Amino acid sequence: MSEKQQHATAYWKQNLKYLIILLSIWFIVSYGCGILFREALDEIRLGGFKLGFWFAQQGSIYVFVILIFIYVRLMNKLDKKYGFDE
Amino acid sequence: MSVQTWTWLLVGITFALYFGIAIWARAGSTKEFYVAGGGVSPLANGMATAADWMSAASFISMAGIISFAGYDGSVYLMGWTGGYVLLALLLAPYLRKFGKFTVPDFIGDRYYSNTARTVAVICALIVSFTYVAGQMRGVGIVFSQFLQVDINLGVAIGMAVVLTFALLGGMKGITYTQVAQYCVLIFAFMVPAFFISMQMTGNIIPQLGMGGSVEGGEFLLDKLDKLHTQLGFNEYTSGTKSTWDVFAITLALMTGTAGLPHVIVRFFTVPKVKDARKSAGYALLLIAILYTTAPAIAVFSRTNLIETVSNKEYSEIPEWFKNWENTGLIAWSDKNDDGKIQYVAGSALSSKKPVYTDARGAHGERLVSNASDAKNELYVDRDIMVLANPEIANLPNWVIALVAAGGLAAALSTAAGLLLVISTSISHDLIKKQLKPDISDKGELTAARIAIFAAILIAGYFGINPPGFVAAVVALAFGLAAASFFPAIILGIFDKRMNSQGAVSGMVVGIVIMLFYMMKFKLNMFGGGTSEDWWFGTSPEGFGTIAMCINIVISVVVSRLTAAPPQEVQDMVESIRIPSGAGEASNH
Repeated sequence: MSEKQQHATAYWKQNLKYLIILLSIWFIVSYGCGILFREALDEIRLGGFKLGFWFAQQGSIYVFVILIFIYVRLMNKLDKKYGFDE
Repeated sequence: MSVQTWTWLLVGITFALYFGIAIWARAGSTKEFYVAGGGVSPLANGMATAADWMSAASFISMAGIISFAGYDGSVYLMGWTGGYVLLALLLAPYLRKFGKFTVPDFIGDRYYSNTARTVAVICALIVSFTYVAGQMRGVGIVFSQFLQVDINLGVAIGMAVVLTFALLGGMKGITYTQVAQYCVLIFAFMVPAFFISMQMTGNIIPQLGMGGSVEGGEFLLDKLDKLHTQLGFNEYTSGTKSTWDVFAITLALMTGTAGLPHVIVRFFTVPKVKDARKSAGYALLLIAILYTTAPAIAVFSRTNLIETVSNKEYSEIPEWFKNWENTGLIAWSDKNDDGKIQYVAGSALSSKKPVYTDARGAHGERLVSNASDAKNELYVDRDIMVLANPEIANLPNWVIALVAAGGLAAALSTAAGLLLVISTSISHDLIKKQLKPDISDKGELTAARIAIFAAILIAGYFGINPPGFVAAVVALAFGLAAASFFPAIILGIFDKRMNSQGAVSGMVVGIVIMLFYMMKFKLNMFGGGTSEDWWFGTSPEGFGTIAMCINIVISVVVSRLTAAPPQEVQDMVESIRIPSGAGEASNH
């Protein structure tokens, strides 16, 4: 394998690892906190909000935005590391 | 100045702005027409994507729906934002690297088959047309409501406006107009929200006000829950849908969002792969501003509505109530003859919409002929929550007019984006790629403009004569996208072994089974059925999730039983996984 191909394989592996971690968070805040475990979380209060309800109507959306920007940063770094940035 | 004058003034100014931009950003080549020359900055593209995404439904209806559905409304909030995470992480960068104009382009090339391309074009047309018909109707409603013109004339004016900037500028004109439209619509959405949040909770930020406390120190949401329980409704923060159905609908909306052609095509317009990722981030950030405010508006307006009308004498009700009654969006029938409005759980009418007789009742109310036996006396159309909100809260006239301009911006920007996808599907995917490959750039541009013209006439026709199924089907456009495109694109990128046979059979089975389920349970065909008969207790809105899973399973199984894709396709998959060397979106 040429060096470029090795880089490409390593780059893709690392990318998949990032995806798995970020998408797990994506799943936990929305489907987990906002839907599946909502009733349990509703016992906890966040100011005037029940926590499960807050995740469903506010919190998950904030986390989504943050997730994308984290991904952008991670990938920009990864691009540089393997010389795929332009 | 009166609301009327303000409305004409603000709508006039914003329209002049849109036209100015359309003329300034005229498109000269197919590349400018389809993907704005591929030179749009990530922030501008994010704003355009956000405006494209937030339709009349997001602007006008969503807060109203949530206001009546409470927790159940969360499916829209999470579903229509979470899809952008999938887009940014799983689709946008790779499709940008692929570097063609359209989604069918990708499907056709990745699956080295014109059948796959044709299936994709058909799916794109079905999805886009169901969506655009609702938008034209939205334009008509806003015009008729605020400018006091006939709803059909409203649709016609909307058609003329969209046509002008779409024909002139193509994607380039539309993108820059959408940037302006985003600014108008977000300003128009936020200003009343700030006012009302301040009024009710003393906190100017609606997202915080929603969790704040009202006069007397009680938390707003607790107060609303209590009001709901007293009147016999479900607790606002609890909801009635089953957990599985909420799960399924949310997932169908998320994957559908990520599979909508008019959203995906946005990421072909930025210069580099890096910009595609960033642009998805900006888009979601800008969308999130509206999507986190909407549930706050829902809570404010719900509380306001109950407090203003519940157990109040009809004769002392504020003016806005009677105005909306006159336009047919509120109906009250004094079932127990006490002159007071009883607003409790249960449907006030025996059918969906009020049927007014021409007569007036003892208190001056418009009589309806289809009142039900339930105790509830009040019918309120969900769409008025955002539109009437400034009036209910006694806000100044210019704010009310601003909401009209914002609603128009939302409806027009989405309609324009969709029409462009439709015309691209026809001129590029059908004519250039299949029927007449030797067509010149100029010829293709002419074909695209003719296609836009035809598409707008069809969309306008549906706007003026909305077939009963349109309203029911718009929400299902997401299910269709989830059941067809989403798996084909994802597998095309992440599964190198996926081949043409697998993807085509998956897409066909996915969209057919989704269409079947929609027709059976929404339109009562194939024997119909009620919610008791739903498969696995899944509503038609959530069925996209199941259809998507079926699509994936079939694709994977079929692809493993048939030959691997040719080497050059596997090489192409390798190459789109690496961001460098994206170049410009090209025509080959």
